[in-house]
Amino acid sequence: MWLLEIVDLSASIGNKQVLKNFNLKIGSGETHALFGPNGTGKTTLLNVIAGIPRYRVDGGRIVFKGKDITNMSMDERARLGIGMAFQRPPAIRGLRLKDLIRIINPKADVLAILKKMDFAAFAERDVNRGFSGGEVKRSEMVQLLAQQPDFVMLDEPDSGVDLENIKLIGDAINSLTQKDRRPSSRTKSGIIITHFGHILEYMKADRAHVMLGGSIVCSGNPGEILAQIKRSGYEGCAGCMCQT
Amino acid sequence: MHVSDIEEKARRAREKRALYGTDVDLQSYESEAKPQNIVEKAEELPGIVKEAALDVGVKLDAESSGAYVQMDQTPVVAKSLYEGVEIMDIASALKKYDYLQDYWWKLVAPDADKYTADVATSPPAGYFIRAKKGMKTVFPVKSCLYLGSTNLNQRVHNVIIAEEGSELHVITGCTTPAHVQRGLHIGVSEFFIQKNARVSFTMVHSWGKEVEVRPRTGISIAEGGSLSNNYILLRPVKTIQTFPTATLAGRGAVASFNTVVYSTMGNIDIGSNVILNAPETSAESISRVVSVGGEVIARGRMTGRVPGARAHLECVGLLLSEKGRIYSIPELDGQSRDLDMSHEAAVGRISEEELEYLMARGLTTEEATSVIVRGFLDVEIKGLPEDLKQEIKNITQREDLKGS
Repeated sequence: MWLLEIVDLSASIGNKQVLKNFNLKIGSGETHALFGPNGTGKTTLLNVIAGIPRYRVDGGRIVFKGKDITNMSMDERARLGIGMAFQRPPAIRGLRLKDLIRIINPKADVLAILKKMDFAAFAERDVNRGFSGGEVKRSEMVQLLAQQPDFVMLDEPDSGVDLENIKLIGDAINSLTQKDRRPSSRTKSGIIITHFGHILEYMKADRAHVMLGGSIVCSGNPGEILAQIKRSGYEGCAGCMCQT
Repeated sequence: MHVSDIEEKARRAREKRALYGTDVDLQSYESEAKPQNIVEKAEELPGIVKEAALDVGVKLDAESSGAYVQMDQTPVVAKSLYEGVEIMDIASALKKYDYLQDYWWKLVAPDADKYTADVATSPPAGYFIRAKKGMKTVFPVKSCLYLGSTNLNQRVHNVIIAEEGSELHVITGCTTPAHVQRGLHIGVSEFFIQKNARVSFTMVHSWGKEVEVRPRTGISIAEGGSLSNNYILLRPVKTIQTFPTATLAGRGAVASFNTVVYSTMGNIDIGSNVILNAPETSAESISRVVSVGGEVIARGRMTGRVPGARAHLECVGLLLSEKGRIYSIPELDGQSRDLDMSHEAAVGRISEEELEYLMARGLTTEEATSVIVRGFLDVEIKGLPEDLKQEIKNITQREDLKGS
């Protein structure tokens, strides 16, 4: 059974159609990487799966754990097991990071999670307020480690992160997607947007896709696809016509 | 000013409407209060009073440097537990200390409006708190002004003197129990912060839906002195109008005003007025207002009169309902060269982005709104002892402060 199944999905924001007959299937225990130039609809895809109301679904459906979630509210989707690391999350005045962790998961071991991301010094800080680009990414990972979603969506988790911390982020992703376990015992899945693929040196992805113009144009082994992009650009992927 | 002069002035102002706020018909309230039983210590107060005090952050049996409790017009407790602080009811203090005449009605004019006039022509009731020279007390003085009789006009006149080099923290809870349907509270307060003295004054209000409130506060801060004034109003009230005025009279004096209001109904007209009258003085005023109903007017005025004075105003409002109104009026009045005065004011709604962010973590719209509202009201207050800080945090982080 697929954990996530997206069928002929079309979606728009404002008057602009961004996703066109988009199809994707992600199985239990699988992590997929998503490549593509700016403006091709990668972030939109994640936002539509998360259920952000600004995005309108014009056709098709999203099925998660066998349930059609196309019209489900954001918080219901989150409680069903979908988690997302935002690319540019807002700051929340007066809400301390440690309090948010407790709100997300009252049973979470707050200190252990913060320490795992070398982020204990930020426990008392307002969420994302005055955080640098790299700190924002660690804040996102800390929250996801508390949430423990079954399906995690990561929108450029490596952008702005220095070399010291990129491994921490990679480890956290591996933990969220259970890459630290035997393949047969993995149940959690994920999708990750990355521009340059640096993060893939620190985490394991099972499959990769290239998006162009709102649809997937090529799918395959992450290493091979990345090499192909480096060799002949995204346009080269369009010509390869690998089936999804 | 001689007592008869004060009364004479006040009598002439008995019909004088206040500059701000809705007009209150004083005749519609009872001016005579039944006397209450005086107790030896705060622990012996009736349970209903202790509970009401607790609701406004005044734990009467916890550690403090003293307490003052006034029920209606009777000072029922006035007791200091620490040698650095003197606490008396003001009528006794006026009898004991002749010098108090030099402070009495010096920072608030008896003829300012009909409310001050009403207090000036009535027998005095209120507290006298004196922090003795050089004495620093970390535990707060706890005071509770309790309006326990329906239809009463409760009048209070308080004087605080923080003598040279002293440190004083005061928390005052003003409250009515649920059975009081209607009432009026007029509180005149005069605070004298002398050279290098540090004072924090925290006031928490919790009134009834038919209670009208008119505090009248004047503060003077001498050289090197500082004031942190915190005002919290989270419960329904019919009308309230207050515009405390602080004068920074000596070099290097500092004042900071923090105001937190959660409005559900009524007419709330609040603010602060600071006059920077000496070199190197600085003032800051931060107000956070959430309205889910009712009208809130948030005023802030800073007047810079000497070169080098620094002032900053911040009035931020979250308007969460069609039924509410937030009218933010920041005013900067520069009257000298080399001033550094600024303000920021904003009235808006909760950002969609913040809501969505929390909902993506599994919070419902209501939960996310409530978390954002509580965060918004969580003003960082400097210069307060840790316990008092925690107490304020507990009040402003109550679970029932929601988005609608």
